[in-house]
Amino acid sequence: MKLREIAHSRTGDKGNTSNISVIAYDEKHYPLLLEQVTSARVKSHFAGVVEGEVARYELPNISALNFVMGRALGGGVTRSLALDAHGKSLSSSLLDLEIEPGGNL
Amino acid sequence: MRTIRIGSGAGYSGDRIEPAVELAEKGEIQYLVFECLGERTVALAQQARMKNPESGYDPLLEERMRAVLPLCAAKNIKIVTNMGAANPAAAARMAREIASSLGLSSLRIAAVVGDDVLAPCKQHDLPILEFDGTISQFGNRLLSANAYLGAEPMAEALDAGADIVITGRASDPALFLAPMVHAFGWAMDDWNRLGQGTVAGHLLECAGQITGGYFADPPYKNVADLARLGFPIGEVGEDGSLVITKVAGSGGGVTAQTCKEQLLYEVHDPARYLQPDVTADFSQVRVEEIGKDRVRVSGGRGTTRPSRLKVSVGYLDSFIGEGQISYAGPGALARGKLALEIVRERLKLTGVAASELRFELIGVDSLHGSQVSAHANEPYEVRVRVAGRTDNLREAIRIGNEVETLYTNGPAGGGGVFKSARDVVAVASVLLPRELASPQVEFVAGATQ
Repeated sequence: MKLREIAHSRTGDKGNTSNISVIAYDEKHYPLLLEQVTSARVKSHFAGVVEGEVARYELPNISALNFVMGRALGGGVTRSLALDAHGKSLSSSLLDLEIEPGGNL
Repeated sequence: MRTIRIGSGAGYSGDRIEPAVELAEKGEIQYLVFECLGERTVALAQQARMKNPESGYDPLLEERMRAVLPLCAAKNIKIVTNMGAANPAAAARMAREIASSLGLSSLRIAAVVGDDVLAPCKQHDLPILEFDGTISQFGNRLLSANAYLGAEPMAEALDAGADIVITGRASDPALFLAPMVHAFGWAMDDWNRLGQGTVAGHLLECAGQITGGYFADPPYKNVADLARLGFPIGEVGEDGSLVITKVAGSGGGVTAQTCKEQLLYEVHDPARYLQPDVTADFSQVRVEEIGKDRVRVSGGRGTTRPSRLKVSVGYLDSFIGEGQISYAGPGALARGKLALEIVRERLKLTGVAASELRFELIGVDSLHGSQVSAHANEPYEVRVRVAGRTDNLREAIRIGNEVETLYTNGPAGGGGVFKSARDVVAVASVLLPRELASPQVEFVAGATQ
């Protein structure tokens, strides 16, 4: 199934750094996010977009992950040549990630 | 326990105006905050101020003030805003004129000045955070340097009786923290209170983004009545307790989901959200729906404030030239690709000097590049887009021109050319020891008591 089935997401921007939250609709799916939505997968999903490192922060109280992606906004929001200089549309792309449903979920 | 209600009347400079009027009219609020200052807005405003010393503040100041001042005055709602941009003192004088013209000359209006730290930044030639070098490398392209001020001077203005507080650059959450500090007398080293207050400010600062804006994704996430989206209200108790809500009957919705998305918006390490007043910790925050459009948010904490203030430095970076043209029907994708190849070769043949170029097809790969979009189906129509960075306007214009000539020299059926060329004011950041900034409150003369 797609990540979109179990999580929602929002993108934010600061300079040349983009952050994307991934939030489980239901807390029972948080372990799936923890297991399968890794920094490495996010970096590989955004090949050609994210040039820097991807860090992941975990927020178990709200069943959410926060990905911070370096050198992701074409040199920075205020100077980027990109149509979507803020990278606002990145979150929708991440929700296309394929998730393997867990046995007991 | 004492509680205040703070309305968020704008999430960016061009935001809708009626939701703020609705808040003033029906929100039972005591404070109305307008956050209107984007990252590079101060630099652009500084350019305007250099041409006209009485300008340099938000262009919508007058329209917003005229829309809400009569209601705010009648209901004793205090206004806090960063619409001062590069010239808060002139903005406060303009607000005084507007108030007087509405018969509200008893309103007390204060400007917070001192965020302009261009002089100390130059003097200490501070290092740039985003790339190697110091600010002296910008030379005469340097436009502005403004420190993100905290809540203290704004709270001081409210303490002194201001009905309207107008700042330039200040941290966005601090615009909301100031009324809390003023109303509850929170100590400026009560880190946990300031941390939770920062959670409130952060959630409210983008206005509609917590009431259902920037959220709808049918059929998974449906939001009712986005055309009449209501803006948020934060109910804050003196112990820092917080409920996010909105005006009953307005569009949108406040849910645990909208609050969680906004909590992490533009946040990096959630345990260390750096603010001028506090290092806020969002990592233990809890979110709980306690009624329709009522969400309790608790658990924000904080530790000692950073020793240095973040400063946003505006500079003239480069020029960007751009051109677009559309193709449709069978074979649109192939013709779009052919058009891109033609322009790529033309820019080489004619020697356009660009340091960076993008060739893309809107509807295919313009947002996330060719790798991410490789598996998409062929669209009915595509829009060619070529953009390039140059170091002068003349070269930038040539980029759009090479797209335009596709009309008569390119693939069949190209239509709807758009072209543009503009200079780019960009921002970078430096960190300034906080003792080098000295914010001050200035009341505008003319209030009749």
